Amino acid sequence: MVDLAKRYDVLVIGGGNAVLCAAITARRRGCSVLVLEAAPKFYRGGNTRHTRNIRVAHDGPSGLMTGAYPEEEFWADLQRVTGGETDEHLARRMIRLSKELQSWLGAQGVHFQAPLQGSIGLDRTNAFFLGGGRAMLNALYRTALGLGVEALYDAEVVNLVVDGNRFVSAIVETATGRFAVEATSLVAAAGGFEANLEWLKQYWGDKADNFIIRGTPYNRGRVLRILLDNGIEPVGDPTQCHAVALDVRAPRFDGGIITRLDSIVYGIVVNRDSQRFYDEDEDMWPKRYAIWGRLIAAEPGQIAFSIHDARMEGRFIPPPFPAIKADTIPELAVKLGLDGAALAATVAAFNEAVRPGTFDTTKLDDCRTEGLELPKTHWATPLDRPPFSAYPLRPGITFTYLGTRVDDRGRILMAGGAPSANMFAAGEIMAGNILGKGYLAGIGMTIGGVSGRVAGEGAAAHAFN
Amino acid sequence: MRSIDELSPPPAFPLWAKSHSTAALDEADRVATICNSCRYCEGLCAVFPAMETRTIFAAGDLNYLANLCHGCGACYDDCQFSPPHEFAVNVPKTFETLRAESYQAYAWPRAFAPAFERNGLVISLVAAASVAVFVLGFVGLGDPAVLFTTQTGAGAFYRLMPHEAMVALFGAAFLYAIIAIAMGLRSFWRDSGGSGVDIAASLKALRDAGTLRYLDGGGAGCDISGKATPDRRRLYHHFTSYGFLLCLASTSVATLYHYLLGREAPYPWYDLPVLLGTAGGVGLIIGPVGLLVAKWDRNPALRDAKRLGMDVAFLVMLLLTSLTGLLLLGLRATPAMGILLALHLGVVFSLFVTMPYGKFVHGLYRFAALLRFAGESRTRGS
Ligand SMILES: Cc1cc2nc3c(=O)[nH]c(=O)nc-3n(C[C@H](O)[C@H](O)[C@H](O)COP(=O)(O)OP(=O)(O)OC[C@H]3O[C@@H](n4cnc5c(N)ncnc54)[C@H](O)[C@@H]3O)c2cc1C
Ligand code: SF4
Ligand code: SF4
Repeated sequence: MVDLAKRYDVLVIGGGNAVLCAAITARRRGCSVLVLEAAPKFYRGGNTRHTRNIRVAHDGPSGLMTGAYPEEEFWADLQRVTGGETDEHLARRMIRLSKELQSWLGAQGVHFQAPLQGSIGLDRTNAFFLGGGRAMLNALYRTALGLGVEALYDAEVVNLVVDGNRFVSAIVETATGRFAVEATSLVAAAGGFEANLEWLKQYWGDKADNFIIRGTPYNRGRVLRILLDNGIEPVGDPTQCHAVALDVRAPRFDGGIITRLDSIVYGIVVNRDSQRFYDEDEDMWPKRYAIWGRLIAAEPGQIAFSIHDARMEGRFIPPPFPAIKADTIPELAVKLGLDGAALAATVAAFNEAVRPGTFDTTKLDDCRTEGLELPKTHWATPLDRPPFSAYPLRPGITFTYLGTRVDDRGRILMAGGAPSANMFAAGEIMAGNILGKGYLAGIGMTIGGVSGRVAGEGAAAHAFN
Repeated sequence: MRSIDELSPPPAFPLWAKSHSTAALDEADRVATICNSCRYCEGLCAVFPAMETRTIFAAGDLNYLANLCHGCGACYDDCQFSPPHEFAVNVPKTFETLRAESYQAYAWPRAFAPAFERNGLVISLVAAASVAVFVLGFVGLGDPAVLFTTQTGAGAFYRLMPHEAMVALFGAAFLYAIIAIAMGLRSFWRDSGGSGVDIAASLKALRDAGTLRYLDGGGAGCDISGKATPDRRRLYHHFTSYGFLLCLASTSVATLYHYLLGREAPYPWYDLPVLLGTAGGVGLIIGPVGLLVAKWDRNPALRDAKRLGMDVAFLVMLLLTSLTGLLLLGLRATPAMGILLALHLGVVFSLFVTMPYGKFVHGLYRFAALLRFAGESRTRGS
């Protein structure tokens, strides 16, 4: 039984990758460690439950990864996706430490596998968890609990007692009541605020009512809010979030990876008024994948429809929900709740503009439209072979960028830049230091793993001082 | 806050398609469709790579996938969508249910298919009846002076039941089992779209079946979460299946002895049929007991309670076969031999005739599925 009256060396708030890496590290240094996780046991581990791979630098073929992914290349990729919005010192250090992350995770019982089918291009840069993120979490929990880390589920931290730059205690709410838990060091690893619709509404207004949250409903940013209220230095644009196109039928929260749609490039995308609004093929996966959430968020009603014809059937990873099908475009429009004449006109104009070419999804091909105000620059083929299929789309939020600034020992920085005495941060809650914008597949877990270990070391070192 | 259903536009798009003839097939289709868009479990076993080569799942495909699944349980613990998640993905249980349904669907002749409904009861009744008939037959037809006295030396058994009668009865039962199972397998193979197989695929399937390659969660272990004891079902299954094969070998050698060498049972303890039979019998005790215990220890969420009777009945039948066989061996030089022989033969006879209508068929459907998979992987070039 967890004894909340006891004083712990290290208190870790959260329940995902970052928390476990910190907890195991601190425990291996000999600290008493308590993990407070807001979610019930099944949902433990926040968005880590939904992950499948981790990006790591390596100098040659490593484990199940092919080739080399040198630090410099990782850094170049990061600079490119963030447009330079990254702390170079922290980022380079993280990339360097990522090199030993896979073997460290392996030593904690995490199994890896060859890259998944349909994830071409990541076999060199990313290591895939055997069985996915929940399998990875289960292994880390087994190891952590086996080492004597204590963990409490259904235990939301609702407040922190902070004295200046020093953490004193955390107020936690459990089924049996509210408790103040004292510890010498604190590691805050409680994720972002993507599941907090009220908070999202501050920036997005009522549009946020139409957002779907891809991951856990428990990442409500409570710890981040408390830290901000206690005068820590923020990092990352609070108005920004990573968003992709999801099927409307996805559950409001926690639908995970399966509700994303890869159908977009194989046809056209129209809004509620049956109008196209963006070049469906401006760029290749994965960049394309990540822009559509924000594009749809900007459309009326935050809804859009991806439409293709019979010729494109079976070309993309089949989504879980069935396509809405009809033999004619006007019939399809009725089923989608759109204006039949308007959709027919959009499709006719599009078909008219398609120029012949050689269809090839492995490269930016020469199938494109000509004469449209809004072109489709690649993979354009006429929508003329029935039955026609459609998927209704909404924006799906993956994570938010706002976080707490840290130094290279994982210490939370107070407003003005001075480090906190005993507060550390890891994972999504500090990811904005490294990923100021954009996204690189698998970097969320790299940031969480490395920063978790760094924070665990720091928290342990402080506890022994 | 408004819920998502109230938002515009409101058409109710269908969630999961229902197109199959049974609820088990519909659920398997739903789960396979979800897995196919997730693929996180791809490295765990053969099932997920096999799913990924399909976008539409016909009944035959689903029966194939269900029989390819070894029920290790790893993908349940690994799944972010397992219950209580609203997607409620439970691959091991869904496929366990469908597997049992497929045994029934392919049973031959059709009239006996209902035997799978209450399989535990059916098997118990058949076994009890068979034992009763043998005991009564021995008592009624045999010489009581022989039945209750010590019989030793070559041909001791046949003084209780003539060898020809034994061969005719058991040969017929065995032949019937083989034909009935073969007919079922044929329907399964056709339905799953199986075509010709080559030697390499057959060797691979034999290896995968013989080592139970896919009963280990892709190397990370099976259903391991929250359990104090490790999952040793693979070991116990080896004891069981190899024990069974050894017993079969023992009987075959004995038959050869009888017809080729003119040597009659019982044989001395150091002779091949006895050595094989004893080793097999011991395996058939350790294995089924281990598997029964594992069944109790298994995460109840993974279990289809309705199918428990079938599994237990088969394991108990194997256990009874080996127990009566070993008892017979141990006590064959005592007056108890006669009744024990009747008991043993009764159990073995019922084991044979119920083979096509019980858990035994899982091994053959599993093997056929592995064969199918081996062929498929080759044409896919992986
Ligand atoms: C569908 C999906 C797929 C993804 N796939 C990948 C991928 O393949 N690779 C990758 O690198 N990244 C991926 N990501 C991003 C990745 O999930 C995150 O970067 C990563 O999980 C962050 O880890 P973390 O430990 O910081 O946070 P999380 O894993 O989200 O954990 C935060 C934890 O804090 C707990 N918590 C929150 N508030 C409180 C509180 N007040 N008190 C106590 N506990 C609290 C939550 O319950 C949760 O357990 C994916 C994200 C999603 C949504
Ligand atoms: S069992 Fe769950 S995690 Fe595994 S492939 Fe299916 S949906 Fe994905
Ligand atoms: S063999 Fe194991 S991992 Fe594969 S589907 Fe069956 S239960 Fe899941």
